[in-house]
Amino acid sequence: MPEPHHPPRLAVALDAPGVPPRHDAAHYTALARLAEHGTLDFVTLGDRFGGPGPDALAVLARIAPDTERIGLVPTVTTTHTEPFHVSTAVATLDWVSRGRAGWTVEVSTTEAEAALVGRPQVLGFARTGKDPHPAASPAEVWSEAGEVADVVGRLWDSWEDDAEIRDRATGRFVDRAKLHHVDFTGRAFSVRGPSIVPRPPQGRPVTVVDVTGETDGPDGGPSPGTGDLPHVGVPPRGGSRERGRSRELGEGARREVAAARADVALVRAEDPQTAGAARADLLARARAHGRAPGGPLVLASLPVELESSGDAAGLAALLGDWFAQGVADGFHLRLADPVRDLARFVEGTVPLLRERGLLRRSYEGTTLREHLGLPRPASIYALAREAAR
Amino acid sequence: MSPDPRPRKQIHLAAHFPGVNNTTVWADPPTGRPTTTPAGGTSPGSSLGSQIDFASFVHLARTAERGLFDFFFLAEGLRLREHKGRIHDLDVLGRPESLTVLNALAAVTERLGLAGTVSATFNEPYELARRFASLDHLSGGRAAWNIVTTSDAFTGENFRRGGYLDHADRYTRAAEFLATARALWDSGPAGGPPRRVDHSGRHFVVRGEFGVARSPQGHPVVIQAGDSAEGREFAASAADVIFTRHSGPEAGRAFYADVKRRLPAYGRRPEDLKIMPGVTFVLGDTLAEAQERAVEIRRQQVSPQTALLTLEQVWGVDLSSYDPDGPLPDIDPDPHGELAQGRVRIADPQAVADRWRALSRAKGLSIRETVIETTGRQSFVGTPDSVAREMDHFVQSDAADGFILVPHLTPDGLDPFVERVVPLLQERGVHRTEYTGTTLRSHLGLPDPARPARKD
Repeated sequence: MPEPHHPPRLAVALDAPGVPPRHDAAHYTALARLAEHGTLDFVTLGDRFGGPGPDALAVLARIAPDTERIGLVPTVTTTHTEPFHVSTAVATLDWVSRGRAGWTVEVSTTEAEAALVGRPQVLGFARTGKDPHPAASPAEVWSEAGEVADVVGRLWDSWEDDAEIRDRATGRFVDRAKLHHVDFTGRAFSVRGPSIVPRPPQGRPVTVVDVTGETDGPDGGPSPGTGDLPHVGVPPRGGSRERGRSRELGEGARREVAAARADVALVRAEDPQTAGAARADLLARARAHGRAPGGPLVLASLPVELESSGDAAGLAALLGDWFAQGVADGFHLRLADPVRDLARFVEGTVPLLRERGLLRRSYEGTTLREHLGLPRPASIYALAREAAR
Repeated sequence: MSPDPRPRKQIHLAAHFPGVNNTTVWADPPTGRPTTTPAGGTSPGSSLGSQIDFASFVHLARTAERGLFDFFFLAEGLRLREHKGRIHDLDVLGRPESLTVLNALAAVTERLGLAGTVSATFNEPYELARRFASLDHLSGGRAAWNIVTTSDAFTGENFRRGGYLDHADRYTRAAEFLATARALWDSGPAGGPPRRVDHSGRHFVVRGEFGVARSPQGHPVVIQAGDSAEGREFAASAADVIFTRHSGPEAGRAFYADVKRRLPAYGRRPEDLKIMPGVTFVLGDTLAEAQERAVEIRRQQVSPQTALLTLEQVWGVDLSSYDPDGPLPDIDPDPHGELAQGRVRIADPQAVADRWRALSRAKGLSIRETVIETTGRQSFVGTPDSVAREMDHFVQSDAADGFILVPHLTPDGLDPFVERVVPLLQERGVHRTEYTGTTLRSHLGLPDPARPARKD
């Protein structure tokens, strides 16, 4: 059961499938400010290694100074990127937003994405004959993504919080006993550490895993077919063949990474039973990883299209209903038309949620972890040093 | 006075966020000696700010924009330096990831260019082309990339790729990396559909479409910071700005002439490549006061511990038993000593040691005094008026096109320069009194990149 005392966590996606990506900062700033006005926990911005559109982490860094409280969670792909860079970029997003950063771990499985990478030889993309970049299996790249999430967390911890001492008497700027090599060796990469970035404000920015993932079109582009998203509350239509295939291949591996590493898991669901079953499965897997009683917060990720203010009121009722059933710790809304739907949501849904005690009226905390009710974790190296004393 | 036949060159100015070398003063001044307060600066305590809080970056960027600078500059760190097998702990340590900070700074500035160093060794052309195109969009055309390569295995230990890169390959990789990035920038859709890029070279194979629309500058400004013959040639062929260490007038003029004469071979005009040395400054109400302050700053930069460490980098052996206030060691350097990791190697340690010992004997200097005397003297020391005059002369005599100013204090080390020197440069007619363009290319007077005509 979700803790009864914490209202549902609420997040919203700023991007939408089928809506061409915008390149101007003002568009994203306006949306994020609106979400902040609605006192949501965080916004997400999706991304792929090849785009399209600007880099998601760059966009959320750009709007960080224009917002004050809203959490900022870009998708960051790990398959073709250096784990060290992933770690420092997300840590820096946490610094520039003063503790509001998270990241959604994502992978690149398509041949089209692999073909954009200049390395002649990378994990799973052996150079063979005519086809230099065959796609790797989702299970393989997700397994590696789990290693990336692991080392990223260790790099954040590699500076203890009080490593900087500025001790004039000894001339030392840092206490080097509080800086740690991480010496991480995965199957396909190793990282020595420590990080170049001091421990970020949240200690560890919030790690999010979408356990269902976006359906890949056959050529690696976003799946076609928008405009026919289910209205909220409408029973789901059967997934396309591609979606079925993608789930078979990737979902188990996604769930493993979420169970082991995520602070927040997103479960794409169109009915409460699906969400509840996925949540139970994730928490069981998390226990198997030794995270009991912890484990990720599970947010039901819902496709939402608010064509009228009536829909906005209906959405409030639906969210309240699902939450009362205990199938999710909160919700991530994937809006069909972010500009229109977010305005309707903040105007029509937010006041109703507040009336029912399901949404704060103003932010109490300043960091994303505080919004979500997640403690600030101690550095694993600080804990080890304490234990050794 | 006879009229100068040439129009006066405008001075291009950039602000370097204080780095992680001992040139950045971090310690609180001893009580009763508020000597680190820069002339015209704010309260003493505020001079020693955080190297990582975003507020420090905002302060310096806004100060630079107030001074109508061309751009703000961030260096890159990829591995904490080590000395004698342990993490070096005497200097400012820890910095953010450059591009993320620059994107955030785009929100709090309007015209200032935003330049970041990013190594071409530990990235792929597609991802960096996309990240810089993103910064260019999100800043409205203010992005610049200082392209460097890293060849040491020590830094490579933090990366999938590792550190293997033959020294001779550094510039071939950088050149192919940049050419590939530019092909991607040129392929970005501007109204029409993206064009396919199909690059297959020695270092990279990149096939596909670039998903980012053509950015406001077309190509973000490219900065090059190497000094070797290959580095100069690469800059002449492909860079818009050179960040050089030649901050003295004679070396500057020689460097300037050498680089500019390489440009015609690439069909480029002398003004297509700006030469900007990194420089430091100390201001005072009188020359004597400035000089006194310069000496005091040098003492702060070279603590007793830093003096010994500097010596160990030359000698290559442990010298911790020596007294920093005593004489230099009689023993000779170990040419094979490798105490320092992540630093530029000293080419001829014996020659440096001989020179330092001779100086020490001649002037009766201790270890610390010798290090202070021989390293990192400030480039411009004087009154605001004399510094403005010297800088102007430096540029008009073709020793540079401008300067990348490196303050010694975070975050307000640039404030006195902007408050006291910039107005004098404006009076001399060599620094803008308002921004006339919106992009960094326009500030630098660089042409828009030609876009190859569509073949399809």
